[in-house]
Amino acid sequence: MISFFQKVGANSLDNLGSVGRATFMLIGALVSKPTPIKSFPLLMKQIYMVGFLSLIIVVVSGLFIGMVLGLQGYTILVDFGAESSLGPLVALSLLRELGPVVTGLLFAGRAGSALTAEIGLMKATEQLSSLEMMAIDPLKRIIAPRFWAGVISMPLLATIFSAVGIIGGYLVGVKWLGVDDGSFWSIMQAAVDLEDIWNGLIKSIVFALVVTWIALYKGYDSIPTSEGISRATTETVVHSSLAILGFDFVLTAIMFGA
Amino acid sequence: MTSKRIEILVGAFVSLGIAAMVMLALQVADAGGAGNGETYILKAKFDNIGGLKVRSPVKVGGVVVGRVSSIELDPSDFSPVVSMEINQAYNQFPETSSLSILTAGLLGEQYLGLQPGFIDEDIEILAAGDMIEDTKSALVLEELIGQFLFSLKEDK
Amino acid sequence: MASTSIVEIENMTFKRGERTIYNNVSFQIPRGKVTAIMGPSGIGKTTLLRLIGGQLRPDSGTICFEGQNIPELARSELYKVRHKMSMLFQSGALFTDMTVFDNVAFPIREHTKLPKEIIRTMVLMKLEAVGLRGAKDLMPSELSGGMARRAALARAIALDPELILYDEPFAGQDPISMGVIVRLIQSLNQALGLTSVVVSHDVQEVMSIADYIYVIANQQVIGQGTPEELRQQESPLVQQFLQGQADGPVPFHYPAAEYSSELLEYARS
Repeated sequence: MISFFQKVGANSLDNLGSVGRATFMLIGALVSKPTPIKSFPLLMKQIYMVGFLSLIIVVVSGLFIGMVLGLQGYTILVDFGAESSLGPLVALSLLRELGPVVTGLLFAGRAGSALTAEIGLMKATEQLSSLEMMAIDPLKRIIAPRFWAGVISMPLLATIFSAVGIIGGYLVGVKWLGVDDGSFWSIMQAAVDLEDIWNGLIKSIVFALVVTWIALYKGYDSIPTSEGISRATTETVVHSSLAILGFDFVLTAIMFGA
Repeated sequence: MTSKRIEILVGAFVSLGIAAMVMLALQVADAGGAGNGETYILKAKFDNIGGLKVRSPVKVGGVVVGRVSSIELDPSDFSPVVSMEINQAYNQFPETSSLSILTAGLLGEQYLGLQPGFIDEDIEILAAGDMIEDTKSALVLEELIGQFLFSLKEDK
Repeated sequence: MASTSIVEIENMTFKRGERTIYNNVSFQIPRGKVTAIMGPSGIGKTTLLRLIGGQLRPDSGTICFEGQNIPELARSELYKVRHKMSMLFQSGALFTDMTVFDNVAFPIREHTKLPKEIIRTMVLMKLEAVGLRGAKDLMPSELSGGMARRAALARAIALDPELILYDEPFAGQDPISMGVIVRLIQSLNQALGLTSVVVSHDVQEVMSIADYIYVIANQQVIGQGTPEELRQQESPLVQQFLQGQADGPVPFHYPAAEYSSELLEYARS
């Protein structure tokens, strides 16, 4: 019994320790006077790596999820003769939930794991140490641009996901299943507020912060062996996915719950 | 060379994101349309508002002219008071206008139907904060059925 | 004093967790010479370089670089000191996403505001010095191990440091590239007048280039002197190491329970 409590205690101390180390890492990376001339090309490159290269998977997934929503929604709504409400169904589920959440999960799998593996390998091959010895802070040179790239890219990706998804729903609902074109858009417009877009955007920014932070910390704190890096990569995907779903519930409760 | 290519691709990526944002705002949420410009408030008192909610539309002949901004209960006579934000473009409703709670389709949402009244010389135009007197409450299904059964009994 | 030794370590103790790596160690590294630090693997030779470079902090004692006590420096001062030293890592630690040219140019670009042409000239000079001018457009993944280490050396000398720390420069090299690196360390030392600290356990190579050697084992400096003096020393520990005997004062066996009793453990139970 006592050993159980000891285990719980040790685990919590351990977790608390990593939260602390992760916080220090982030503060060390972000608190500095900005050097736009040097950091801008670095940021560009990371937005390319993190954002642009995730574009294809996000567009394809968005299109298919929108089309499935259109199809599923239609078969349910048509029983009530309410198939003209397909527009708001597709748009609201994408903007409020699926856009930020699915993009967050894809982002964790595509970009988050890549970030962890990259930084873990940089650590294993002593690149981070060698930066230190060159009097260059790896937190500012390596971590900071990747962090900002993630925070900038992910909301853009989520927005693209939702837009493409709505187009997918439109293609299936209107072009294939024959929902009226005008009512699809007009009922959607009546039901969707700017607030929905805004809330979705806030969610995606929060998810971006969480996923990028976890990914960078897992890489930075990884044990620099092949086993350590592979475990860190897995942990990035698992922890960020769980964090996304948890934060999604909390944010949804705050935004739409009251 | 490679950095230029990266810059172009990142530029394309960011523009695509912004384009998606604009598309969502204009095409999906219709932010440019009604309900986003200048508004003024009208109020109305009902016996029963049924399923009316904040942000339900206010329509004139099917055209959305505003939205419900708040619903409160008048503490003096316990009847609900509905406040509406009406688009400033439609500010010529006479005080004889009537307001009724209608339902879009059998299962649809409830909305407010504004029926503009006649205009005469001594009829004033509704201004911000005015109360619309002539209101018809929501139809509550249970009451309807009750009335129907009652009328059946009387016939026999 | 400051003119003769560039690094002075005094009464330094360093522990990793419960394990003591260095116990009250003191020694000096003379300026302008090649100093070798030898010892069996796993006794913390790389740790020593990291201590000198300020990446680790000792539990007690001082590590002075040109009179400045490294462990007590603030971050910004430490970074200033690091401009004067550089380190050649065992793996080379080249940045895998840049060409050899960009790797060597990296510290110059980061720390100076020199115009492009001058940087180009400097980089080509450093690459010429290590014989890799022809490989400037290759990516690190296209280099052999020996070439990668030479490219890393070019990067380490890019800003003309006063002190270079070599971490196992000979480990895992074929005899030819080993010879090349031995020659490079020597010629850099003579041509640029810089101080080299070589951490290694390759006795022959170290003996051939070092001006002064420290042998470290059992948390202490167990032997020191020029290669000649070292050969004359009677300490069995030093002799075991120099001659590569399997067993001796440094035991062949990792500390364990008694052999016979461990073998019989199952038989008894």
